[in-house]
Amino acid sequence: MSTNNVTNVIIVGVGGQGIILASDVLGRVAARNGYDVKKNEIHGMAQRGGSVSSHVRFGPNPISSPIIKMGEADVLLSFEQLETVRYWDFLSASGKVIVNDHKILPPAVFTGQQEYPADILEQIKQRVPDSVVVNGLEAASKLGNPRVLNVIFLGVLSTFLDIPAEIYEEVLKESLKPKLVEINLKAFHEGRALV
Amino acid sequence: MSGNEAIARGAYEYGVGLASAYPGTPSTEILENIGKKYPEIRAGWAPNEKVALEVAAGAAYGGVRSLALMKHVGLNVAADPFMTLSYTGINGGLVVVVCDDPEMHSSQNEQDTRNYAKFGKVPCLEPSDSQEAKDMLGEAFKISEEFDTPVILRGSTRISHSMSLVETKERVLGPVEPGLRKEPPKFVMLPGFARRRHPLVEERLKKLAEFAETFPFNQIIMGDDSLGIISAGVAFQYAREAFPNASFLKLGMVWPLPPRMIQEFASKVKRLIVIEDLDPFIEEGVRLMGIQVQGKELTGLCGELSAEKLEKAVLGSSSAKGVAPIEMDLPMRPPNMCPGCPHRATFSALKKNKVYVAGDIGCYTLGALPPMGMLDNCLCMGAGIGIASGLGRSLGDLAKGKAVAVIGDSTFFHSGMTPLLELAYNGGSTTVVLMDNRTTAMTGAQHHPGTGFTLRQDPTITADIEKLADAFGFKRVTVVNPYEVQKLQSVIKEELEADEPSLIISRAPCALLKTGRILPDKPLRIDADACKGCKSCINTGCPALEFVKFKEKPEGEKRQGYSTINEALCVGCRTCYELCKFDAIKEVS
Repeated sequence: MSTNNVTNVIIVGVGGQGIILASDVLGRVAARNGYDVKKNEIHGMAQRGGSVSSHVRFGPNPISSPIIKMGEADVLLSFEQLETVRYWDFLSASGKVIVNDHKILPPAVFTGQQEYPADILEQIKQRVPDSVVVNGLEAASKLGNPRVLNVIFLGVLSTFLDIPAEIYEEVLKESLKPKLVEINLKAFHEGRALV
Repeated sequence: MSGNEAIARGAYEYGVGLASAYPGTPSTEILENIGKKYPEIRAGWAPNEKVALEVAAGAAYGGVRSLALMKHVGLNVAADPFMTLSYTGINGGLVVVVCDDPEMHSSQNEQDTRNYAKFGKVPCLEPSDSQEAKDMLGEAFKISEEFDTPVILRGSTRISHSMSLVETKERVLGPVEPGLRKEPPKFVMLPGFARRRHPLVEERLKKLAEFAETFPFNQIIMGDDSLGIISAGVAFQYAREAFPNASFLKLGMVWPLPPRMIQEFASKVKRLIVIEDLDPFIEEGVRLMGIQVQGKELTGLCGELSAEKLEKAVLGSSSAKGVAPIEMDLPMRPPNMCPGCPHRATFSALKKNKVYVAGDIGCYTLGALPPMGMLDNCLCMGAGIGIASGLGRSLGDLAKGKAVAVIGDSTFFHSGMTPLLELAYNGGSTTVVLMDNRTTAMTGAQHHPGTGFTLRQDPTITADIEKLADAFGFKRVTVVNPYEVQKLQSVIKEELEADEPSLIISRAPCALLKTGRILPDKPLRIDADACKGCKSCINTGCPALEFVKFKEKPEGEKRQGYSTINEALCVGCRTCYELCKFDAIKEVS
């Protein structure tokens, strides 16, 4: 997509939303498609309900840095409104945005110290008019399991990338426990249908 | 594979017989992966890094290839055996994997492990991706055995937790025949023997520098000769990203340095820059060779590097064309104790007693953050008890009844036992609150000597903290369920008033643990009319609670708003229930 045929995807949200699994699957999908891949995320303290970001970079040529340069992300996939803004500067001028229409209140907000910014989606759309806003929780509830949110968004994301859906299916089948495969495949296709 | 998975795989392929570690981000998953995937390797958690290295040294003395794994600050704990292991050398290969944390994503400092390599006169290899992490582990074992030395493999957060493609191979055992090797002049570091070993260490370092000249992972990659970059590790990847056309000297061995190779590279390029995370380690080495070079004056000493930082530092601006920025006052989202966390309950009881808290390292360090704000210092693993003891005895009445130490169970076994002994031995009236959540929670719930299970989930002994305190001479030991906040509060008050050291064990399993669970997993609910809006519950910082502010205050309303509970998050720990003075919090029927 961008320079040097590298595709840069940054996936962001809040600890516990399944971001690491989503980026793991994306990394494996890209490798299965014959690309070189590098992926990075921060574990540790960030897992305790903190802000989480995962970088996935892939393409036909060898990838150097595991981290996306500021201003070079082709896709910003965000599982939470506020976190979209926190990582906004990673997005390139021609980048795509996928946002979960969902708010998870940070401590300063749920303790009444600070307001949750009101107009995030408007601000995003002003700058990237074709931003995709998805009510992921509603879609996940429809499938009867809020935990498949991450795979729904993987489905949405897949429509922006040039890798066949079958490869995602194969990797999902291999990376999940057998009893979770069916619902996640449904979630993946639900996500693809949302765009 | 992640760098950590690749190192675990390398342990398998290069015939490691024993691996020992204490959990520490970013290194934790190396031993976890060895535990899960490679039963051929004897592996277990050690109580701390010093013991881990000593266990590995034992295996190496016995001719078995061995690994000690730790984060950067872990090597401080293991520094004592490390420094003298350099003198004894090994028998079977010994590699110490040390993962640095530039930017302090999950650490208390950003010390640079390469200084230990120089300090201990031990070679240090530094991979730049997962494939190299695995391959270099093999090289490290060869070097260890050929030069009779422990070897450091220096990783970093971005190596440990970045994934890239790795080719795998079959397992091959090391060349040394295992067995007990008696050779006191080599292994017994009496002064007389050590004096004979030291010159060998200096000689070894010279031979290693010679070896570094032809070490295949030290590599000159010529590009445009207007810019020459000497780099290593993940910093090399950032530099390649920022300056794809530059010439590179990529060092796989960062200590000792290869002088002739560096001279040769310097002579081929017009501008020479060293790009390295943290200290000017390579840069100073290059300067000592009398070569003009730039480095930290451009890239800085603090935090981790990135491609755009390097572009700005070297070229003055970044080439990336970013989207138009969004200006917004963003609330921070720091990590927080989970809903139902027993530490929140313990801190709430401490807060009621308005104490000064000498802290320690674990999830409970998060108690320092607002709105809890209940940690007054945190230095290093195991430091809290000693600090509280020092405060208590030096300040006398100024601290009496006001200062406590808190420490977690895993941290207690790591390095809290000796300060507890000091406290019993030297007396005073310090109160220690041991926040026992039955796991090593912060790094992802690893077992420790108090949990009853090993790395591979096999049943084992359960170290008994009460008996230990008794054996140390503690007369005042109380075990309390932290969720009974009011009771805990009065126990703390009582112990603070006592004239001798006391230990309160505040014991309840981590809210994320599925075994031994005492949480009811039934949410509570707040009666919005009964709530007086006092925020006692809110000020615990529980993510399941939310304060709803009135947009327009109804007539006659005194409150600013009221509290609510997010039933999807609440696990019914009852900490807020215990704190509510107005009976506004109820169980959901």
